[in-house]
Amino acid sequence: MAIEIEKPTVGLSKVAVSDTHGEDSPYFAGWKAYDEDPYDELCNPSGVIQMGLAENQVSFDLLEQYLEKHSEATNWGNRTFGFRDNALFQDYHGLQTFRKAMACFMEQIRGGRAKFNPDRVVITAGATAANELLTFILADPGDALLIPTPYYPGFDRDLRWRTGVKIVPVHCDSSNNFEITPQALEAAYNEAESMNIKVRGVLITNPSNPLGATIKRSTLEEILEFVTSKNIHLVSDEIYSGSTFSGEEFVSVAEVLEAQNYKDSERVHIVYSLSKDLGLPGFRVGTIYSYNDKVVTTARRMSSFTLISSQTQQLLASMLLDETFTANYIKTNRERLKKRYQMIIDGLRNSGIECLKGNAGLFCWMNLSPLLEEPTKESELILWKSMLHEVKLNISPGSSCHCSDPGWFRVCFANMSEQTLQVALTRIHDFMDRRKAMKTSN
Amino acid sequence: MEFLSKIATNNGHGENSSYFDGWKAYDSDPYHPTNNSHGVIQMGLAENQLCFDLIQEWIENNPKASICTPEGSNDFKDIAIYQDYHGLPEFRNAVASFMEKVRGNKVKFNPDNIVMSGGATGAHETLAFCLADPGDAFLVPTPYYPGYDRDLRWRTGIQLLPVVCESSNDFKITREALEDAYEKAQEANIRVKGLILNNPSNPLGTVLDRNTLTDAMRFINEKNIHLICDEIYSATVFNEPGFISIAEIAEEGAVCKNRDLIHIVYSLSKDLGFPGFRVGIIYSYNDAVVNCARKMSSFGLVSTQTQHLIASMLSDDIFVEKFIDESMKRLAKRHSLFSRGLAKVGIENLKGNAGLYCWMDLRRLLKEPTFESEMELWHVIINEVKLNVSPGASFHCSEPGWFRVCIANMDDETMRIAVSRIHKFVIQKTKLDQATTRKQYKRSKLEISLSFRRLDEFMMTPRMLSSPHSHMTSPLVRARN
Repeated sequence: MAIEIEKPTVGLSKVAVSDTHGEDSPYFAGWKAYDEDPYDELCNPSGVIQMGLAENQVSFDLLEQYLEKHSEATNWGNRTFGFRDNALFQDYHGLQTFRKAMACFMEQIRGGRAKFNPDRVVITAGATAANELLTFILADPGDALLIPTPYYPGFDRDLRWRTGVKIVPVHCDSSNNFEITPQALEAAYNEAESMNIKVRGVLITNPSNPLGATIKRSTLEEILEFVTSKNIHLVSDEIYSGSTFSGEEFVSVAEVLEAQNYKDSERVHIVYSLSKDLGLPGFRVGTIYSYNDKVVTTARRMSSFTLISSQTQQLLASMLLDETFTANYIKTNRERLKKRYQMIIDGLRNSGIECLKGNAGLFCWMNLSPLLEEPTKESELILWKSMLHEVKLNISPGSSCHCSDPGWFRVCFANMSEQTLQVALTRIHDFMDRRKAMKTSN
Repeated sequence: MEFLSKIATNNGHGENSSYFDGWKAYDSDPYHPTNNSHGVIQMGLAENQLCFDLIQEWIENNPKASICTPEGSNDFKDIAIYQDYHGLPEFRNAVASFMEKVRGNKVKFNPDNIVMSGGATGAHETLAFCLADPGDAFLVPTPYYPGYDRDLRWRTGIQLLPVVCESSNDFKITREALEDAYEKAQEANIRVKGLILNNPSNPLGTVLDRNTLTDAMRFINEKNIHLICDEIYSATVFNEPGFISIAEIAEEGAVCKNRDLIHIVYSLSKDLGFPGFRVGIIYSYNDAVVNCARKMSSFGLVSTQTQHLIASMLSDDIFVEKFIDESMKRLAKRHSLFSRGLAKVGIENLKGNAGLYCWMDLRRLLKEPTFESEMELWHVIINEVKLNVSPGASFHCSEPGWFRVCIANMDDETMRIAVSRIHKFVIQKTKLDQATTRKQYKRSKLEISLSFRRLDEFMMTPRMLSSPHSHMTSPLVRARN
């Protein structure tokens, strides 16, 4: 009988064996349940409906129409910059036309209320890479970034995993609609100091994920005052800026800076991406816009690890420089998202469920705290499991977003057809009816 | 407190290296056949431009490969939404199949072990993050690609320790050199986590023979360290002795005791000539590494638009075989043109059979066998001969006088012009050196300064005097000062 010889194992790195990649969180467990039993209108009408994925599928037809008229093949036959030159282009500055296109698009989204210089646009393969890259530049291992809760679960990985940087939460709660207050910022800063942790910056998401709401101008001004007084950075992740339901309600930090003549702007950096507004997550199009020259230079060098495919840059440069197309897209996209939002809010209200008043994003922030057995995280997870296995909806529990108030859930509504959304709302309605009936009989 | 991080403010980005000075000279005065025929010819960029006609033809005949054409637009939505870090299955299958073909189908690659990255640049960094902690080290044979200094060290905090290779045995990697490097690390209390091999080698343009690969395999097994094999130039082997991939050795149970130690880095930037598309690949035999690297690939996925194009192209077996074959022939021809051209003026290259460059031996043109002399010679080649070549020092070569010259990133005519410029330079330099030597016999101060002045007149051109890179003007100017 052969004897099993144990293979000597060589350790992987500490980073590799840590769980900071975050995939053990419930945020992802729901995805697994969906993967095993995915809803399909015809083939699997009782499957799990995916409401945990913030994707924008409401405006694809507009993109498809554009592409029908502007074939990539015509680009490739171009004499001055055809396929060959495109395939060879690996300059980490990115195509000049692409940077110009991104700058223009960002201006249009902000109604022309802020100007963007194409030379300050740094390209990265997605906002995931942009956020990690900025963290490497702004903080040393062991330092911290302050992030208002609730926040996008991916930040735990993107900002901390390979960088060794910590996140210290800025607690926001339902008592004031989860708005960020100077007191909360101070408290978080002091908490970090008491643990001997150096705070290097504040990271906000505006419009907010998961709240689905924009940050008020006065709040932005307070945050800017705060970071200036502490001499730290401000990263504004504006990835949902084109997904506000009306053009006027979104105020970008860029506008606030312009209004104050760019005073103290060297500490401000904006992250953007086309994954949400244009619904192109597969293309990996992220950008960093920094008002700090040194950050721009360093970020550009670091982007070597994560450049955007020149093929994709070329396609999007043409598309986004077409102002007729972009103006129509932005307007139509907003209208459709607003309609979707109204549909889900009304549907939930009819079931006796309230949401945070939202005005942006691809999701709503639903309040199920009245349904909790106890106001605890454990109760929230129990409720979440029954939503997943009984109601067959994958929604995201607030605790995975580090929300301090239990019972809130993020529900995505733009990654499905209206019919599917209606099915989801019906399921919720039935679920709430059953609960009412149970309560009455008890 | 510094406003930016240590990583942001240190030199880990590597751009202060001399490697980039030549690029700057080229950027400010680029050669063009009609508009700027006296400009600097770029021979410092290892790009493969020899087979674009074949690619162009395929592209035109396969509009479905693009999701942005009428023929391909049906796929647009699904492709644009797909952000799964596993990558499109058809992409992974096509890449695995391509890698097998390049290796003459002597090995098999499992598509499930293929992980995407932001080019090979991203692949190297990701592997470093997976395999080593800050302060740990990888051993890397010299001379090596300067980008490794940034890719493997900058944000990871790991160290690179050289395994010194010498011209006396054609820069082969010896067991002694490996042991030597390892021991030095031990003495300095540095933990070695792995060995990097680049096969075919940049900058040498040679392939590793079976003995070297086997020795390296035994070495890493004994020391229980990882082996990262960068095979980015695998399809640029144009001559015997042919390419042996580490994958072949990994499949030999007698030699390879632990496949969990073996990882391959690949990319389409060199073999296909698509550096802009950022198609980097990690292939690991270690499931834990595959899992970890895959999670990390979120930071550098390949655009699905590009995955789709590549999947179509590389699954076209007829095209792939024709491409590999034709590419080999054209590289062989280009290499021969360049080598023979140099041989005419007595310049030798290291005998190579791969890569997009030659490893040129200019030792006899050095004033002294020092790196200062190499730097002087290099500045002359850039500013006077107007060729951007890469000095051996930037590759951490242990001996001065070697230069890497890229030969596949230009057309035949430009290559001929480059060769003729080298001819002129070598002939003139030889004459001047002889003249200088004769004058020196007289040991007269006046005569020495006269000959210097003659060299000045030869060397100094109005362009050089007004060059924005005045810190790089003739070393003789510095000598005068």
